[in-house]
Amino acid sequence: MMDSLALHLPALLVAIPLFTAFLIPLAGRAGGTVRSALVILGAALTSLAGLALAARVFAGGTVLYVFGAAAPHAAIPMDSGGIPIRIIFQVDALGALMVVIAALSSLAITLYSLAAESRQSGKDGFYSMLFLLVAGVLGMVSTGDLFNFFVFLEISSLAGAALVAYRIDQGEAVEGGLKYALLSTVGALSVLMAIGILFAQYNALNIATVASRLRFGALDMIALVLLAVPLAMKCGAVPMHFWTPDTYTTAPSSITALLVVSSQASLYGLFRILFTLYGDLLRFNWAVFGWFLVILGALSAFVGVTMAIPQKDVKRLMAYHAVSQTGYMLLGVGVGLAVFADAGALAAYGKTAMAGGLFHIINHAMYKGLLFLTAGAVFYRTGTRNLNRLGGLGHAMPWTMVFFMIGALAIAGIPPFNGFASKLLIYESVFRFSPFLAILAMVVSILTLASFVKVFHSMFMGPPRAEFAGVREVPAPMIAGMAILAAFVILAGLVPQAFVDRMIAPAVNALVDRAGYIAAILGGH
Amino acid sequence: MDIPWTLQTGAGAWNPLLWLVGFAVAFGVAWLVRSRGRPDNRSGDALKPFISGNEEPENAGGHIPASNLYWGFTEAMKAYYSRLVPFHTGIPSDYVAWLLGVMALMLVIALTV
Repeated sequence: MMDSLALHLPALLVAIPLFTAFLIPLAGRAGGTVRSALVILGAALTSLAGLALAARVFAGGTVLYVFGAAAPHAAIPMDSGGIPIRIIFQVDALGALMVVIAALSSLAITLYSLAAESRQSGKDGFYSMLFLLVAGVLGMVSTGDLFNFFVFLEISSLAGAALVAYRIDQGEAVEGGLKYALLSTVGALSVLMAIGILFAQYNALNIATVASRLRFGALDMIALVLLAVPLAMKCGAVPMHFWTPDTYTTAPSSITALLVVSSQASLYGLFRILFTLYGDLLRFNWAVFGWFLVILGALSAFVGVTMAIPQKDVKRLMAYHAVSQTGYMLLGVGVGLAVFADAGALAAYGKTAMAGGLFHIINHAMYKGLLFLTAGAVFYRTGTRNLNRLGGLGHAMPWTMVFFMIGALAIAGIPPFNGFASKLLIYESVFRFSPFLAILAMVVSILTLASFVKVFHSMFMGPPRAEFAGVREVPAPMIAGMAILAAFVILAGLVPQAFVDRMIAPAVNALVDRAGYIAAILGGH
Repeated sequence: MDIPWTLQTGAGAWNPLLWLVGFAVAFGVAWLVRSRGRPDNRSGDALKPFISGNEEPENAGGHIPASNLYWGFTEAMKAYYSRLVPFHTGIPSDYVAWLLGVMALMLVIALTV
């Protein structure tokens, strides 16, 4: 029984949240308690499946799952002419890293939502969409099929847009949802067009198969741009970041935290396209595409943080910081890509830069998710996001204040929290590539700290204010959700090398091992 | 010698354990200094703060709103912000235009380099 479950973990990873999503409206008819129980069960099982699958990948290498095949590992049917025609999930260490992010975040966010959304109506639809979004994200980072990736991208985008606009009593929320839907749709159309171009040329949709057949043609380069640029937009890279503050600000805070994870799934897609799908074809142009990521990263880091500082809406401020932090990830992995053709530089600092970038992805998901949840907690009790109106909440909301401090110190790169560990890897490796970029990254961290000192002062410091006299700490499920993320922030900060050794270094190796990814499907063809 | 919990950065190393020990030592020193203070001093005994001759504001009115913080920074960076902020129009078609613009630029670069 357990062996059979373990064998089908990749399928369960998506099946559990999908099944939960469609079951929730039925459970809702039986009452709120039944629905809440199902929501907790669905979130716990999804996380369990995700963490179990990730543990299997980190222990034993890439896991393949072929849907509909007699054996889950039989990628190529006897009579298919050597083409893996079935839907295949291919989870390597990079995918497993993303699965861990989605599993932990979704559990914390769902727990938090149970209390945060308790006073709202329409909870059946809300939780159904939430689980669809989780399924979309998990599918994006697990699939080994280009068209499947598009489908999961669409699922996550549409569910995300619906959730952003879910509280329709606020006009701004609808506007935020519309912008997210529009940009996502235009981006997805571009991705679909690129997949069409590749399918028309190579008669395959499997990523490993297309990667093995790809030639250095003009159409391939057009497809590359049509794939890479929308994914860079979806992860909020400057100058395509404009949707991010509008959308993140107006969504319910739990959803904003989940949208951060969704954006990072797009970042995963971008890296997968550049390294795995197009790896060898870019061998003459590593520097060009590496610099594409580096420039996007540097711009995102600096523009994001400078736009954050003058903001008065706490969530808008945090949204700009999300843009800024994405810059670090692009910068780290971009440096690795830029020196990919230079084996000496890659070994000396390129892989460390990539490790810093990938480590920052999981760190950012945790501390930024935590920060958005604390902002949501403050909004839950005070009804405002306006920093000019807030103040003195540290007296009434001590747990929220402590969680905010942990998140704020982590995002600013203050030791011993996790943000420092990944930023240190980025600073030291990027310095050897370009001292200017490393100094810029440090300046951005200083500005980030300044920005969060302002938020901390404005929300929590000062004497208690008369208008918030009735404010008290948020309910236990919200504290539990924040505590899960805070625990990770502290743990990854205290034992960073353990995370690097067990999760990050294997993810970096998986990212650069294009031949290994192809061989897992085609058996070394 | 390998010290547990050390993060290897390629160019150096970072150990949170040593940092925490250092932090604890600094905390201990601060506590020692504090403990040597006058035990008969109570809060409220201090003189009122001197604010350029102005009356000390009431507690409730003493909180400085967020907009007043970093005024000097934004004022010094006015030229930068006056150029950057107008790009954030809030108009969805502008957002799509930026996406298409970057795509067009990358197409030119990808097809010519």
